[in-house]
Amino acid sequence: MVESRTGEVRWISGSVVVGSGIRDIEMGEIVEVGKDRLVGEVIRVGAEEFTAQLYENTTGVKPGEEIIGVGKRLVAELGVGLLGNILDGVGRALDRIKLQTGPFIARGVRVNTLPREKKWHFKPLMKKGEDAGPGDIVGTVQEMPVLVHKVMVPPNLSGRITQISEGDFTVEEPVATLERDGKKGYVRLMQEWPIRIPRPFAPGGRLPLDEPLVTGQRVIDTFFPIPKGGTASIPGGFGTGKTVMLHQLAKWCAAQVIVYVGCGERGNEMCEVLTDFPELMDPRTKRPLMERTILIANTSNMPVAAREASIYLGVTMGEYYRDQGYDVAMMADSTSRWAEALREISGRLEEMPAEGGYPAYLPDRVAEFYERAGRVRALGSPERQGSVTIIGAVSPPGGDFNEPVTIHTLRFTGVFWALDRDLAYSRHFPAIHWLKSYSLYVDRLLTSWAQSYSQYADRIAEYWKGRLETDFSQLRGKALKILGESAEIESIARIMGERALPDDQRLILLESELIKEAFLRQFAYHEVDAFCEMEKQVAMLQLLLEFYDKASHLVQRGVPIERIKSIPQIPKLERAKEDRSGIQGLQRLSEEIENELAKIRQEYNLV
Amino acid sequence: MESMLSKTHGLVSRGLQEIRGSLVMIDNVENVGYDELVTIRAPDGAERMGRVLEVGRGKAVIQIFGGEMGMQTDSIVSFTGSAFKIPLSDEILGRIFNGIFEPIDGSPPIVSSEQEDINGNPINPRARIYPNNFIQTGVSAIDGMLSLVRGQKLPIFSESGLPHNRLIAQISRQASVLGEKEEFALVFSAMGLRHDEAQYFIDEFRRSGALERSVIILNLADDPAIERLFTPRIALTAAEYIAFKLGMHVLVILSDMTNYAEVLRELSAAREEVPSRKGYPGYLYSDLASIYERAGIIEGLPGSLTQMPILTMPGGDIQHPIPDLSGYITEGQIFLDREMYMKGVYPPINVLPSLSRLMRKGIGKGKTREDHGDVADQLYGAYSRGRQARDLSRIVGEIGLSEDEKLYLKFAERFETQFISQGEYENRTIERTLDIAWELLSILPEKALTRIREEYIAKYYPKTGVKQR
Repeated sequence: MVESRTGEVRWISGSVVVGSGIRDIEMGEIVEVGKDRLVGEVIRVGAEEFTAQLYENTTGVKPGEEIIGVGKRLVAELGVGLLGNILDGVGRALDRIKLQTGPFIARGVRVNTLPREKKWHFKPLMKKGEDAGPGDIVGTVQEMPVLVHKVMVPPNLSGRITQISEGDFTVEEPVATLERDGKKGYVRLMQEWPIRIPRPFAPGGRLPLDEPLVTGQRVIDTFFPIPKGGTASIPGGFGTGKTVMLHQLAKWCAAQVIVYVGCGERGNEMCEVLTDFPELMDPRTKRPLMERTILIANTSNMPVAAREASIYLGVTMGEYYRDQGYDVAMMADSTSRWAEALREISGRLEEMPAEGGYPAYLPDRVAEFYERAGRVRALGSPERQGSVTIIGAVSPPGGDFNEPVTIHTLRFTGVFWALDRDLAYSRHFPAIHWLKSYSLYVDRLLTSWAQSYSQYADRIAEYWKGRLETDFSQLRGKALKILGESAEIESIARIMGERALPDDQRLILLESELIKEAFLRQFAYHEVDAFCEMEKQVAMLQLLLEFYDKASHLVQRGVPIERIKSIPQIPKLERAKEDRSGIQGLQRLSEEIENELAKIRQEYNLV
Repeated sequence: MESMLSKTHGLVSRGLQEIRGSLVMIDNVENVGYDELVTIRAPDGAERMGRVLEVGRGKAVIQIFGGEMGMQTDSIVSFTGSAFKIPLSDEILGRIFNGIFEPIDGSPPIVSSEQEDINGNPINPRARIYPNNFIQTGVSAIDGMLSLVRGQKLPIFSESGLPHNRLIAQISRQASVLGEKEEFALVFSAMGLRHDEAQYFIDEFRRSGALERSVIILNLADDPAIERLFTPRIALTAAEYIAFKLGMHVLVILSDMTNYAEVLRELSAAREEVPSRKGYPGYLYSDLASIYERAGIIEGLPGSLTQMPILTMPGGDIQHPIPDLSGYITEGQIFLDREMYMKGVYPPINVLPSLSRLMRKGIGKGKTREDHGDVADQLYGAYSRGRQARDLSRIVGEIGLSEDEKLYLKFAERFETQFISQGEYENRTIERTLDIAWELLSILPEKALTRIREEYIAKYYPKTGVKQR
């Protein structure tokens, strides 16, 4: 299918158009409709007629108008210049749409993803006469100051290099010519890939997910970590902080490339990313965050069908950088809007609905999408590893997790960060509930945490040596145990009042309050607290649990809880996370607490 | 309606195939576009507007506005050749229209060569400016804890019988941007409101002198329900014109979105679509978004468009599809609470389930006051603990509370009576609001204020305090 063929429109209902007159139309083929050349994709093919979903508003389209099958599927343009860009759901650069149609997006605009006129400096890594196969890196382009773009042979091309040279090229000019059996093929700074098909990697190249993706968010890294190449879901009702959480991860997680898909969400939120990211610095590279970010914005008032495509476009771009050997994190906000787009289109096709009106194939689509995450050995040489981590927000109706999209997402993702409305109402953010969330990767990651933990322990300096718990999993387990116990005690306290409880239980309440306030609660917009290094997380948790052990010892020997509550270091503990002095500050605090507790020991003759 | 007919591109057809509720099937038509506007003249002499919902070769499904009673299959259908457009000029200010933009104030219709499609086009996210101009509403609960900014869409989640109309009238009376003299232009879109409610707003606008910078579009409870689908879009098209062409700052009030969504359900049912929750169509979210997202500030254009939709939650249920989906689209919500209203609190804003997503960048040093963010955060924390203490005291009695809990309980009580409560004509400055907040926070010991930076505590914590234990 290469030629374009013309048929005619027979029926229009919303974004769905029925056409006829193209005998060899294919599923997934791109069509153009009417005089405005509105773009759509074929989603059903019959003997006489076919159905397409259009990515644009169909107002004014008439039966009898032209419908053209362009002989091509919906593809992503992959190449140099993706980073720092903002695109719509089908990959049109919003910058250039603005130049063409002004502040409002008009219909029928044709704009490419990558600018065609810009030249990039290409440095070859392979030589003339060498054999190059799919995925081989023929050269590089410095796309951003800290990111080298590896120019790869497209997955369907191979041959002997007959021409390659250093120089400045646009994305359309060939940088290398490959020849095989007298047929020529070209490597350019851009390749195309159909968005609904996963990009290939080395055969058998899926790697175990045992390397943590550090996010700088304490509740995630310490309690519910995600590995590079893993999948996570963040379900939560409105106002529980999904978007802020995703923004936090996009800002601070240790990936080299971020693909942020705003799928059916607010325009102002995308604008916020565009305003903030060029100014915020990546803590690792000290470069603006925007330089590692690709934004895909299909806001809630943009056409529904493009919303459905935007998720696949994002993951395809992620896979492309994965294939270059980078760790990519993709955020999708929100996958529920994507599922709703599926539902809407399915409804217009008059398919038999399953639960909640969603099509019966919803779980398949969810699974296919999340399975595109992973850590892999890339196709071609030199050998390299890359990963795509997918983090999807889910917006369950009424905040009730018992609904199709949440249920199916949980089946196919490894980490569950449950956002809790009560926590959000009392402004405890991130509102990730510590008793409802889980990470299936935790056991596997603990091994690798244990290794890095000893590094952290070394870095945390002399002071902590020999004082640290034997391993991180114990520290983590202990904190979770206290949080769990305190939830039970709280439910009793709600009936009897806290004062009716024995002191050891009240200490558990105090300690869990401290863990929540000092550790779990994290200020997204605080200059120090927004990103918390792993070393500091470890030291903070250690300090909090050390305090508990000592206080518990005192309480057992008869010191009243009110006396312990009165020590002036408690408010300081809660504020330690904002302290600029980092680990040193924690050290000082630890010493102060010890002195204060020593005083209590003297008071009660417990020395 | 004459003006509507004059726009006809000449295509006229006689005879309907079937009339089913507000849907009409028609045969033997050619060259009809999707979403095109039509007028239908029935033998009873009445003219109705309609819109093409589906179209195929030689046949179309038309949704009619203006009531189907009296329609016959022997009707004349004229196709206008375009979607619904309204004429716009600066003459629309000070005018009152019905739900399909026909003047009902006795003055002549608007005549203008500028015509805009009421569906509008989505704003390119790249062309938006992130809203960050604080609007002082003079209402402490909003200014202090749910700050509204220019270009935001912040709905009021209310219930039948709560004073949302009084609150919105107070906001429209008092709203101003700090340091600017310019007053807001108001666009008021009534969807299914009672006559007395609509009259209340008109009287309020007239009394405060806002009427001449207002556009009022009324689709009242006894007006044809189906026209309600147009009303908010007409209002927003007018508002976009006033904001981005005339360069004014516009506050759009949409009341009541629940009535709007119910008509959407009615239509969906008539079309026999697969329903989603509670019979509402699966595209309710996208449809609401096509209304709510028409707010903001645009790079390179003057003016701004701020939206305050009102919706009544059926049965007070925030999880009902209408408030639920709205909450996912809007930039926060102001939640009115029946229990608080019963206790005599006006405005009965429960701040805990309320939220303003754009607050953070609109407040702080140089905008409101440096301590604003921390204070709001602390108020949330303390009030939420106070409410927990109140729940507990209902079980164990106040006597069973710990000292801490008693303090928080006292804080919560005074927070409701002194901070949230205020007069309907009381216009508090943001400084006054924050000062009241500090007064109340001084009920708590300094060290309990863990959400406020120490430097601000040193500067603002009342030294003498009002600690009446």
